[in-house]
Amino acid sequence: MRFWPALIMLLALSAASPSRAAEGTDPAADARAFRDYFFKKFPDVRPDDFVNGPYALDKDMRRQWEEKEQFPPYEFSLEMGKELFAKPFANGKHYADCFPGQGIGVRQTYPRFDEASGQVVTLELALNQCRETHGEAALSYVGEDMAALTAYMAFTSRGKPFDIEIPDDPRARQAYEDGKRYFYTRRGQLNFSCATCHVQNPGERLRAEVLAPALGILNAMPIYRSEWGGMGTISRRFVTCNSQVRGVPLEPQSEEYRDLEYFLSYVSNGLPISGPGARP
Amino acid sequence: MASSIRVRAIAKNETTEVQTLIQHPMDSGFVKDDKGDFIPAHYIKELTFEHGGRMVFVADWGTAISKDPYVKFAFQGGAKGDDLKVSWIDNKGATDTVTVKIQ
Repeated sequence: MRFWPALIMLLALSAASPSRAAEGTDPAADARAFRDYFFKKFPDVRPDDFVNGPYALDKDMRRQWEEKEQFPPYEFSLEMGKELFAKPFANGKHYADCFPGQGIGVRQTYPRFDEASGQVVTLELALNQCRETHGEAALSYVGEDMAALTAYMAFTSRGKPFDIEIPDDPRARQAYEDGKRYFYTRRGQLNFSCATCHVQNPGERLRAEVLAPALGILNAMPIYRSEWGGMGTISRRFVTCNSQVRGVPLEPQSEEYRDLEYFLSYVSNGLPISGPGARP
Repeated sequence: MASSIRVRAIAKNETTEVQTLIQHPMDSGFVKDDKGDFIPAHYIKELTFEHGGRMVFVADWGTAISKDPYVKFAFQGGAKGDDLKVSWIDNKGATDTVTVKIQ
């Protein structure tokens, strides 16, 4: 009789795993399907080339870009980022003290799910959390300093494949699901979802621009956009995307945007970081 | 602060190809800031490239040039290891100079 409790525990354990899977989300399968969709849609594009966005799809633009890359427009920002990153805070600490590996070559692991707070932590959020921990004011998420810092961190991770983990935590699963829902939900006066442009129509023209595929779109962030005449973070990109479909953008680094970044990064797992990038 | 000028000059056969990127706001004077006030014009007036005491390229610029301008040109002569001096002066009198070796 004394075996009963152990047996019940065993039964409970074995019952637990199928029921979790039955919750309906299988991010790994999602990511596979997402990649296969793009690979099938663009059979001539090498998988790793998706991180180059429109340049992977348009020969003319690629030629111009390759010439530009000899002298990339993000160079100044990159240098500024390197200086900012190395500059100590008022209390003598550095950004490097807040990150594993001194913050070098870790960009591909962000966003990550923070089990303590139950939130998705993006690289931008982590940088500001670091500042606040050390008594500094937060930076604007759409400003030049943040772009420069993330540009430098992305640069140190160039070529490393995106390595986003979804821990076995229902809150992490939920964040992923929420991000996915945000990505496929239509909004704004134009009634576009993120997917309308970046899943259904990549490679098509939107006026003079060629739409980038959603696969690998964050690998190139932050980007120098000629249209902006400057650098922009992921936050800035999300905000402008929302206003371009004539919707009301959310606050940068709001939970929805962070979940969206979590989803979009996860489905690009395995593709190399190519940031900072340059886009027309 | 690092230099505002990036130069790469490569000698090939009889010519030297020069690429330059300059960090400068190049404000035209016609743009307003968040408060609705005009941002005063602030632009590079003259950009020069000097090789062996000879001006190989001089640009008289105005407000129509873009922010962070990029220049690419080639000139006759120039050999690997030669100095190439690049300078600009803007309408506020600010200036920057850099001397690089031709590769």
